[in-house]
Amino acid sequence: MSLVISHLARRFGATPVLRGIELEVRQGELIALLGPSGSGKTTLLRIIAGLDWPDAGGLSFDGTDWLQRSAAERRIGFVFQHYALFPHMTVRDNIAFGLTVLPRASRPGKAQIAATVDRLLRFLQIDGLADRYPAELSGGQRQRVALGRAMAIEPRVLLLDEPFGALDAQVRRDLRRWLRGVHDSAGTTTIFVTHDQEEAFELADRVVVMNGGVIEQIGQPDEIYDHPATPFVARFLGLTVELPVTMRAGRAEAAGLDLSGLPRRAIPDGSATLFLRPADIQPVSDPAAPFRVTEIASTGALLRIVAQNDAGCWIEAEVPRRGGRDLRVGQRIGLRIVAGQIFPGGTVPAALPAATSRTLKETRS
Amino acid sequence: MSVAAVIDAPAGRQRRVLPGFGLTMGLVLTYVGVIVLLPVIALVLKGAEIGPVRFWEIVTAPRTLAALRLTITAAALATVFNALYGLLMAWVLVRYRFPGRRLLDAMMDIPFALPTAVAGLSLTALFSENGWYGQLLAPVGISVVYTIWGVAIAMSFTSIPFVVRTVQPILEDLDQSQEEAARTLGATPFQTFARVIFPAILPSFLVGTTIAFARSLGEFGAVIFIAGNLPMKTEIASLLAVIRLEEYDYNGAAAIALTLVAIAMVLLVVSNWLQSRLTRRRVPA
Repeated sequence: MSLVISHLARRFGATPVLRGIELEVRQGELIALLGPSGSGKTTLLRIIAGLDWPDAGGLSFDGTDWLQRSAAERRIGFVFQHYALFPHMTVRDNIAFGLTVLPRASRPGKAQIAATVDRLLRFLQIDGLADRYPAELSGGQRQRVALGRAMAIEPRVLLLDEPFGALDAQVRRDLRRWLRGVHDSAGTTTIFVTHDQEEAFELADRVVVMNGGVIEQIGQPDEIYDHPATPFVARFLGLTVELPVTMRAGRAEAAGLDLSGLPRRAIPDGSATLFLRPADIQPVSDPAAPFRVTEIASTGALLRIVAQNDAGCWIEAEVPRRGGRDLRVGQRIGLRIVAGQIFPGGTVPAALPAATSRTLKETRS
Repeated sequence: MSVAAVIDAPAGRQRRVLPGFGLTMGLVLTYVGVIVLLPVIALVLKGAEIGPVRFWEIVTAPRTLAALRLTITAAALATVFNALYGLLMAWVLVRYRFPGRRLLDAMMDIPFALPTAVAGLSLTALFSENGWYGQLLAPVGISVVYTIWGVAIAMSFTSIPFVVRTVQPILEDLDQSQEEAARTLGATPFQTFARVIFPAILPSFLVGTTIAFARSLGEFGAVIFIAGNLPMKTEIASLLAVIRLEEYDYNGAAAIALTLVAIAMVLLVVSNWLQSRLTRRRVPA
């Protein structure tokens, strides 16, 4: 019982949207398709649903070729980003819709449909809303109704497009936990699309990171977080500081950086790039070091420090405010690297973002 | 209610885009009063002058009844045609992209722009026995000119844009994902149309067809050329009112006109009521 996607490709006009997607989803899994907008994640979800068709490749479920089946025949539950509830029907009628359109022969009786809807309403904790219309509901309530409507047909796979995209932060967190509970107790296979990594990592069994129509990495949340497979995944997961280093016998070296905390890597000697999270950099006062503090800003609990070396290379570090009390603008510091990811090959040093360079000037004057 | 709310708003709190609420509201009320309301009131007063007995006599006279029957039947025929065909045209214009779509879209307004008498004359020329359409229909034994069919065709010609133009914007704004949702839930294309798309456009569709019907009831210019205007047979009610006027029978004219206005008013009220019932709980509070 699994969903198998192979060599899937799709282009819109001349633009390739999906380029050779390979993915296998097991029964009962909760999968997140994570990527920036334009990465092809929604297109992939729509192809699985039967709302879009690939130009090449295969899609099968449990051995059946789904590309030969229409959306209606696949029996999937699709929850749309903006819910797409039927505005002229009550919550009850919305949820019952999938059952009432069944061919007469396989359609359950009226009482049976009502019982199913009641059970879903209770399961989704919206039994008080049965006779309301979608316009009379809050965003979070609509989300639950949309999920109930999709689940009423007992779908083989539940597909959700940016399920929390249109909700505010608090409702988002609550619904996230709630959805995980629904998935576990209903035992469905679920695939959802998101651009929010926190959401993907908290909710999913496995995360599929997509970029530019290809899958960059598939793995369990911790695995991806600790070992991003490509520079894109590293940047996307917040390893925003990129420093040029030189590899020698599996160890990275760079002037002014203490890299002894990093494990050896099987990367050939030569130039490489070190990707870091700002929180994994510890500044150490060192008058001989090449980096000079150019900006210190407090975010409350943290100090954000911008430092630059003579070669024009700059880094951003985050330290607890208590630990950074001695730091001053203009001071020379060495950098101790706690954790990071190294990829072979050099990259162009990132240009200073506009906002930072402006504050830099202000700090200097 | 909304007017009261605007008036009640403390000055300076809410800045409006255009100043001069008093002036603009005054102009609107003057227009509605002088151009719309006053003639109707005058007509009602004139009708009241006649007295109920005489009024009933005029309206139930065989010639009047025949004219009213023809007008209402032909308008109903035209409206059924407009409802189906107008919906189809709106659908094609919104849902498909084809060369010449914008031209076709612009052509929908021709009946609005064309003088109705011109429309009547050209329809008569086309459907008369040696006209382009008439030549084809005559051998089959169908005559359009000087029959109720001609009246209905002329009415339909001038009123179909009402249906197209009221349904079109609603169809354009329709959330496509609702249709996709219906499909993923297993609905057939017909079920998707009947249970998702049609209910969404029904309120505007009702308004469009009612206005088209009301317009057909009063259509004059386009009809009189093709109808032949035989008393008791192909004479429409508004023409009969004109004939009475020419005979200096002002009471007769007023009674017939008032009947037409009453039918149209009842229709508009019913359609507005239906529309508000249908949309009551659909809009966000």
